[in-house]
Amino acid sequence: MTPIEAPLVRVLADDGSYAPSADAERYLPLIDALTDAELEQFYRDMVVIRAIDTQATNLQRQGQLALWPPSRGQEAAQVGSARAARAHDTLFPSYREHAVTRIRGVDPVDILKVMRGTSHGGWNPTDPQNGNTRIYTLVLGSQTLHAAGYAMGLAFDGRTGTGDPERDEAVVVYYGDGASSQGDVHEAMVFAASYDAPVLFFLQNNHWAISVPVETQSKVPLVSRGAGYGIPSVRVDGNDVLASYAVSRTLLDEARSGLGPRAVEAVTYRMGAHTTSDDPTKYRGSDEEQRWAQRDPIARMRAFLEGRGAPASLFQETDAEAADAAEDLRSRAITLTSPERSLIFDHVYSDPHPLMAEQKTWLNDYEASFEGGAR
Amino acid sequence: MTIETMPMSRALNAGLRKAMEDDPRVLLMGEDIGRLGGVFRITEHLQRDFGDRRVLDTPLAESGIVGTAIGLAMAGFRPVIEIQFDGFVFPAFDQITSQLAKLTNRHEGALSMPVVIRIPYGGHIGAVEHHQESPEAYFTHTPGLRVVSPSTPNDAYWMIQEAIRSNDPVIFLEPKSRYWQKGEVELEASALPLHASRIVRRGTDVTLVGHGAMVTTLLQAAALAEAEGTSCEVVDVRSLSPVDYGPILDSVRSTGRMVYAQEAPGHTSVGSEIAATVMERAFYALEAPVLRVSGFDTPFPPAKLEGTYLPDADRILEAVDRSLAY
Repeated sequence: MTPIEAPLVRVLADDGSYAPSADAERYLPLIDALTDAELEQFYRDMVVIRAIDTQATNLQRQGQLALWPPSRGQEAAQVGSARAARAHDTLFPSYREHAVTRIRGVDPVDILKVMRGTSHGGWNPTDPQNGNTRIYTLVLGSQTLHAAGYAMGLAFDGRTGTGDPERDEAVVVYYGDGASSQGDVHEAMVFAASYDAPVLFFLQNNHWAISVPVETQSKVPLVSRGAGYGIPSVRVDGNDVLASYAVSRTLLDEARSGLGPRAVEAVTYRMGAHTTSDDPTKYRGSDEEQRWAQRDPIARMRAFLEGRGAPASLFQETDAEAADAAEDLRSRAITLTSPERSLIFDHVYSDPHPLMAEQKTWLNDYEASFEGGAR
Repeated sequence: MTIETMPMSRALNAGLRKAMEDDPRVLLMGEDIGRLGGVFRITEHLQRDFGDRRVLDTPLAESGIVGTAIGLAMAGFRPVIEIQFDGFVFPAFDQITSQLAKLTNRHEGALSMPVVIRIPYGGHIGAVEHHQESPEAYFTHTPGLRVVSPSTPNDAYWMIQEAIRSNDPVIFLEPKSRYWQKGEVELEASALPLHASRIVRRGTDVTLVGHGAMVTTLLQAAALAEAEGTSCEVVDVRSLSPVDYGPILDSVRSTGRMVYAQEAPGHTSVGSEIAATVMERAFYALEAPVLRVSGFDTPFPPAKLEGTYLPDADRILEAVDRSLAY
């Protein structure tokens, strides 16, 4: 069985028509309960983040950023899962979760700080305005252990499993098909299962780990790995925002109720490069890209909304909002300045450290030794 | 003042117990540390007394232990990890050096990482491969980590508590060959700061410097040297990162000679760093080059050869003689 052939939860067909798969049955009440405003919000989220993503890609091409990992094509998996999380949940992204972070309140400019070289973090995850969203992690799979440990802490502190979903907390951790080969992901699943930690492992199978296809990561559908750890797992069409939302919501509520970890394999596709540093034409064919373009998550949701009679003004307004967000990003990103040089020393340790003080003093004296006080 | 005589293993146990009583956010994690009390019994009875949510017998996965401890620290806990043996820390190396050590820096100070990693380390117990190593230089080379090693029961009792109180990650290296060495523990004394080095024996001719298990060997060497008419001062470094150079430099300035002894291979080691710094800062006080006595730059040998590999008092005395010959 190749990965694409396993059962899949899907609500919308490729053309946007409402056509739930057999496996979608149990999730349909959640989708039926969505209001027009919520459905429109899903669409807006996807369109705006795509515009931001395109703008960031352009900024990199123009030399304003060292790197950009595009999220084009993966909007539905990210928007569905992020909208499914509750405000008090904690999210651990990898480095491509631009839609997730934006929905949680992180300013996209803060992501650009990482890519522009003005910060290794970008935002403060303990600031409530960032929606309990941890900073990006570049080492593949590392964050799955942090998420499992954080969720263990929630369980130990009785902040989950009380039976009150308005209060019970849970964790979502994002990783990809490439990261799924990392030992840390395996260990995270072992720990999460052993301690009934309320964590949703959200794997976005975008089919390519830079140039290596998912078939090299796994001979079985990635969703099937969860069973080996005793983690109930669901495979969802990651280009279907409704299915992604409903599955994530359901599994997250199960996890927070004390049933232990849950896992999702969201089957999606990275339509762009891994990062702006690689060239997808070297490793995959345009026929494949064309095939996936037919499953574009935004076009699909737009067709669905049009089928429900959404007014043309909705799409015009959304496009205008997206253009504004992209322009705002550009104007603020290019004015980001280098941080103070004290950033090098100030946060290596939390408590005072003599070597940091000594080297900071040396550098200041050295800089001051030049005529005019600076080089 | 309450003074009790006990081996280092019991002192560590008492220190952990005290830290857990003082702060309910302290929790212990590791392989076999609960019901068994650890393979060296350092955590004996702690699970019985504090429960299995404060003393966790974890799955057998070192990266998992460190990585989940990071998550627990993010959730407000102060995890104290046991890595069962020195040579088994490497599966967790990425989580320690790429994550634990850097998270405060990456968060620009918004986050502290109060995680202690206890590692029984070093040779002299006749163990098999991967059970006798001295990995301290890997960690002292990593910004963001603090690295310490006690040499006596009293220091072990106090330093483990200080390490747990630290808001930074601490690699806590326990000299396992000294676990059974007894000493007086002052249970109510005020602690020497975690990062202070300490003169443990006064002398006038040569300064002997080392850390962990080697401090005892240095004291043996100093006693033998005294019988031959040479007076050695002995300094216990205690903290390998950061190093407290004050007492070391004071001593070298008074004796003019220094020998550093360690079990670890000498190349790019803690002894190398301290020797270089002493030469930079006390060059005109030196009567001889700073000499290093260390393990060889080889893998730790099979146990029947460890007596040949590890520096002993005779090897230290040979270096003392060389220093005096300049």
